[in-house]
Amino acid sequence: MRKVYLDHAATTPVHPKVLEAMMPYFSVRFGNPSNLHDIGREAKDAVDEARAKTASLIGAKPEEIYFTSSGAESNNFALKGIAQANSQKGRHIIVSQIEHFSILHPAKTLEKSGFTVTYLPTDKEGLVNPDDVAKAITKDTILVSIMHANNEIGTIQPIEEIARITKEKGILFHSDAVATTGWIPVSVNTLGVDALSLSGHQFYGPKGASALYVRKGVRIKPQIEGGIQEDGRRAGTENVTGIVGLGRAAELAAAEIEQRMAYLTPLRDRLQKGLVENIDHVVINGHPKRRLPHNLNLSMWYVEGESMLLFLNMEGISVSSGSACTSRSLKSSHVLSCIGTDAAVANGTLLMSLGMDNTAEDIDYVIAKLPPIVRRLRDMSPLYEDMIKKEKVR
Amino acid sequence: MEQYSSKVMDHFAHPHNVGEIENADGVGTVGNPVCGDVMRLYIKVEGNVITDAKFKTFGCGAAIATSSMVTDLVKGKSIDEALKISNAAVAEALGGLPKVKMHCSVLAEEALKSALNDYYKKKGIPSPVKMPDESGHEHEME
Repeated sequence: MRKVYLDHAATTPVHPKVLEAMMPYFSVRFGNPSNLHDIGREAKDAVDEARAKTASLIGAKPEEIYFTSSGAESNNFALKGIAQANSQKGRHIIVSQIEHFSILHPAKTLEKSGFTVTYLPTDKEGLVNPDDVAKAITKDTILVSIMHANNEIGTIQPIEEIARITKEKGILFHSDAVATTGWIPVSVNTLGVDALSLSGHQFYGPKGASALYVRKGVRIKPQIEGGIQEDGRRAGTENVTGIVGLGRAAELAAAEIEQRMAYLTPLRDRLQKGLVENIDHVVINGHPKRRLPHNLNLSMWYVEGESMLLFLNMEGISVSSGSACTSRSLKSSHVLSCIGTDAAVANGTLLMSLGMDNTAEDIDYVIAKLPPIVRRLRDMSPLYEDMIKKEKVR
Repeated sequence: MEQYSSKVMDHFAHPHNVGEIENADGVGTVGNPVCGDVMRLYIKVEGNVITDAKFKTFGCGAAIATSSMVTDLVKGKSIDEALKISNAAVAEALGGLPKVKMHCSVLAEEALKSALNDYYKKKGIPSPVKMPDESGHEHEME
């Protein structure tokens, strides 16, 4: 059976070249970078090289890169660390409602310790309006955090415009670029951000190696204390193997970014077209143009996401679902609810995210497999039955 | 999330008794599309025995599997026996359900009770059916 992995937004496989670069650091060059002897030095050199490569991918200086364990850690570090280190200037933070939970939950925690947070809405396509950012700014505002692109619907935010506003007001600006790094160009200087999160396993690096960029001179309070690593800002013996992998993945991304976008955009468009042509009552979520090249998020009326996901899985196709039934809270996606997706259709949402291993044949296979699954589930659905009866009355 | 048992997967992939019963003696619809599951259960009653049961369900794997199982369980049972079918019995017959999916078995019990309620209503007999207590979210349709 054909295997089609369309869940690259969840994680990507480690690229063979990345794995190759990592291998020596497990047991041959196993040193601790904090040690002065040759074995330690070797590991330190590898971490330094990875730092330079990671910095280079986003146009930063190596000393502005702090390695972390995950995108979630980078986001927690940025939000809490910057807020806490700058609290003498003010205690107001602005984020969007569609941020990842690793921004939203730390924001809630900060609220409990005396900060106030404004949660900005988006339009129906998932865009934050820069005017809304400007209007939300008060004398007390110290930090704005708006994601570069949303991980579910793929909408790419007007980061440059927002950065112009924050810069003018002297407010720090963090962007969660976990969903974008490696898929579209990410340059901290073009974007104009003061801090930025990225994660290796999102672009063919290993899990467990991520980074936070912090512009030189920006104050940030360490969240993990007790060591001199990462310039004293993030304690803990470095995940050398993972960091080496992240560096190599960053190097590959820098070299391949144009090629990736050129390959994935038409492939995604082919998938979107094929599904929309063969499934009725379907809604494409996110922005029609300002969207990640490998993202397709669609909601189908009268069918539930998990049941589609399970049937697709039986056909060898791996996707994600934004439905209530796949979440522990039994609530559908906060992102879809923010963009105004009807709560009933939100439960029929599938998130498909393509990668460089996907071929046109894979895409055509999905286009052949999903519509009959939807038809089968609709034949079983009382909601579809009611809709058909209503249409007949009309 | 916990994995489904092979029995759940079997009932999900090959559900029994899908469809409608024309001129059913009892029909019950429970759940809410916002919560992600709606079940509609049809029963045919002859004398005091449920001779046929069918369902239509909008929902996750567990919702479809519990619908399939509850229709299997009621067929051939007397009304009194059917009234005793609990959500736990449905879940057990499926080899268990992940904890977060137990509400699907509650919904299956409710769908059955709602169909039995409808049966009594159509007969003009006061209904002895007690709807199970809802834990958590509302499942009644507007």
